[in-house]
Amino acid sequence: MRKTSVLAALVAGVAGFERNALANEWNMPVGVTEVSRHVYGLHMTIFWICVVIGAVVFSVMFYSLFRYRRSKGAKAANFHEHTTVEIFWTAVPLLILVAMAIPATATLRHMYDATEAELDVMVTGHQWRWHYDYIGEDVNYFSNLATPREQIDGTQAKDANYLLEVDQPLVLPVERKVRLLMTSSDVIHSWWVPDLAVKKDAIPGFVNEAWTRIDEPGIYRGQCAELCGKDHAFMPVVVHAMAQDEFDTWLAERKQEAAAAASGVDRNWTLPELMERGEQVYGSICASCHQPEGQGLPPTFPALANNQALLDDLEHHIDTVVNGVAGTPMPAFSGTLNAVDIAAVITYERNAWGNDTGDIVQPSAIQAQLSP
Amino acid sequence: MAPKIPPKARLEHSESVTGGAAVDEHEHHPSGPLRWLLTTNHKEIGTLYLIFSLTMFLIGGVMALVIRVELFQPGLQLVRPEFFNQMTTMHGLIMVFGAVMPGFVGLANWMVPLQIGAPDMALPRLNNFSFWLLPVAFLLLLSTLLMPGGGPNFGWTFYAPLSTTYSPPSTTFFILSLHMAGISSILGAINIIATILNLRAPGMRLMDMTLFVWTWLITAFLLIAVMPVLAGVITMMLMDINFGTSFFNAAGGGDPVLFQHLFWFFGHPEVYIMILPAFGIISIIVPTFARKPLFGYASMVYATASIAILSFLVWAHHMFSVGLPLIAELFFMYTTMLIAVPTGVKVFNWITTLFRGSITFETPMLFSLAFIVLFTIGGFSGLMLAIAPADFQYHDTYFVVAHFHYVLVPGAVFSIMAAVYYWLPKWTGHYPDERIGRWHFWLSVIGVNLLFFPMHFAGLAGMPRRIPDYALQFADFNMASSIGGFLFGFSQLLFVWVVIKCVRGGETAPAKAWDGATDLEWSVPSPAPLHTFETPPDLRRVAG
Repeated sequence: MRKTSVLAALVAGVAGFERNALANEWNMPVGVTEVSRHVYGLHMTIFWICVVIGAVVFSVMFYSLFRYRRSKGAKAANFHEHTTVEIFWTAVPLLILVAMAIPATATLRHMYDATEAELDVMVTGHQWRWHYDYIGEDVNYFSNLATPREQIDGTQAKDANYLLEVDQPLVLPVERKVRLLMTSSDVIHSWWVPDLAVKKDAIPGFVNEAWTRIDEPGIYRGQCAELCGKDHAFMPVVVHAMAQDEFDTWLAERKQEAAAAASGVDRNWTLPELMERGEQVYGSICASCHQPEGQGLPPTFPALANNQALLDDLEHHIDTVVNGVAGTPMPAFSGTLNAVDIAAVITYERNAWGNDTGDIVQPSAIQAQLSP
Repeated sequence: MAPKIPPKARLEHSESVTGGAAVDEHEHHPSGPLRWLLTTNHKEIGTLYLIFSLTMFLIGGVMALVIRVELFQPGLQLVRPEFFNQMTTMHGLIMVFGAVMPGFVGLANWMVPLQIGAPDMALPRLNNFSFWLLPVAFLLLLSTLLMPGGGPNFGWTFYAPLSTTYSPPSTTFFILSLHMAGISSILGAINIIATILNLRAPGMRLMDMTLFVWTWLITAFLLIAVMPVLAGVITMMLMDINFGTSFFNAAGGGDPVLFQHLFWFFGHPEVYIMILPAFGIISIIVPTFARKPLFGYASMVYATASIAILSFLVWAHHMFSVGLPLIAELFFMYTTMLIAVPTGVKVFNWITTLFRGSITFETPMLFSLAFIVLFTIGGFSGLMLAIAPADFQYHDTYFVVAHFHYVLVPGAVFSIMAAVYYWLPKWTGHYPDERIGRWHFWLSVIGVNLLFFPMHFAGLAGMPRRIPDYALQFADFNMASSIGGFLFGFSQLLFVWVVIKCVRGGETAPAKAWDGATDLEWSVPSPAPLHTFETPPDLRRVAG
């Protein structure tokens, strides 16, 4: 954390509007897309309009306050209306607004034109992580916060990208129009990357549309912008933009990995194998609600450790994870986790934290439920 | 046009009607311990509202300080995210429904009858009921913090389905308390309209009324129009939570965006409910201390009415990022920009009132001048937010938090404080301590700007609102805000002190406590006796 004093920061900030080096910390980023530059332009135009109007209005006000003090012997005049002046200061702001509305309308129309995209990505908000699905490519994955708990609790020094780092970023090619389709599996989230000037709500039951065309390779960071519950602060968005050929290589690798992951479905897994994989899945997907030690956060998020109702009924446990529980925050994982991950996490939950059932759930058994 | 009755004539006439021993015969109000529970007197109920408002302001303020302590530096230190969300939600609900709105209703109770020459509110028993719903509602709301799963944690805008399917069990109690507060507001609004339209002194035309009475008349119509919409939307939530309906549940065929349309159809006029009476107050105090009639009285009335009508046509500017069709985005962007025009007219009128006045700077005037400057800054950021493409970047960030706190704290709250300093001599018969008042003012102004100005930068730099922990580049802004928050928060203890001191004693105030004041309330003695204007002042213009 920077230790600059508050006063020094404020002084630097005034100067910061002039100097580009500081602009990013004090002002809206110019960003790396044509749209983001237009938005920045609109922002600065309306800002300077406000500054000029403010300067005029406040000058008249403070001049009057200074000039017409009674302590200096000011005698009050008695006028209280002047039609010409009143029409003037109704009409002039109106004209300024019309002048402002024209470029704003053009930019908005441009932002709403998501046609002719070269790549489609489905973005799904979950409590509290993003899921990316490259439509038609068989590549999809969760993107989880990568900042360790210890940094949040202050027992470890915070690194530079504290709370803005994920395990697997959204990877996009540069100089290609990418359409982002937004939805949610639970509550409303909002996908936002300031450098792309894209902010769109991810709403359950709706598919929203946004697009971007990134000019420069790089890593662009943002956050969920709509309050989505307890860990709203902990579901960042990270976009990794790379050249088209690098992107193609990356996508091919991901396809192979996905195939490899799915191939484990048919063989028999041992308890230690499932426990190891289950612990990973639990840590990245389940622990935010049911807590790292399975103790839950009753009454909203029930405990899993020593939950007899769950441990006595394996079918119920599998059904809960695969299909979710309607009317509660528990989502269905059938669409977002593969059979191996589901089998592993159920096995883990039935054998961790003193839940010593010894039950082993094989991926093949889950696969049967996923594709009946 | 401006009031046509010469102020002097009004005062002279009224003084002869009120005051004196005749008033005492009518003092048959409840006494003993139940006096405050049973009172139907507009002044006593006004006092109750104001005390309630101040209490809620302090409770909501403590919650804000919990938020600011947690945000003092990055990392989770004081509270867990679950509790943090309850604090942001309760802070918003309490300040909006418990502090600002009842504050204005309290001022209306006291001052509307006095400014129109009425003996009391038109419906005194209803008035008592409207008030006493509020403490019950807010005790219930506060008690949800102690329930299993905690209190409301979905933000003061309580978007579904976070507030329905995913809400804590206490949400049903939250709905009940909001229903009660809503009924209180509707009944209060009916009472104010009935009073203004029926009980004006003979000869007082609508265009003779003070701006405070005018703005409250328009506000009351807004309340009646939108509070039932709020009641409807929370009832739909109640059904979704408890009776298996799916109004807002996509899995059952419902529509989460419908919630936002309904909420903001209520919510945007609600925003103006919290600022129009403030315009009225400033329009009274500025002419008093500039010793010059309000410039553009008629255009002020028309501007207020325009803002009220426009407030029904702009609600979706809170929803630019939900994926509205392009044509809707454009419509709501244009209507929202239009609001700048009547609001600008008001600011220009206040400043022209100052021009060539004879100005002094008593505490009520200081707060009013700060209102004009700081509310205008909030208006500018509002204009920026109206630009839909830019709003995609501002939306749900600290820039929005900065914007609405500028219009609500140095806006609405400063206007209430200005009004209290202005009318305390009428209420208590004593002037508030000018020295403590000035300290309160300057500490508040410095504190409020240190608190809210850095939030603009934090938001532009990319900090979302409603987060208990944040990335490192926002650290300096948050530290400054937290320091400002504590300065502003603790300065309000001076306000409590000055009010208590004024009630207990101080320099005696005459009937007309401010030499530049011209309205009817200054014709009755200070402190105003329990019953005033039992015989209405006759304001009819006498020929010749």
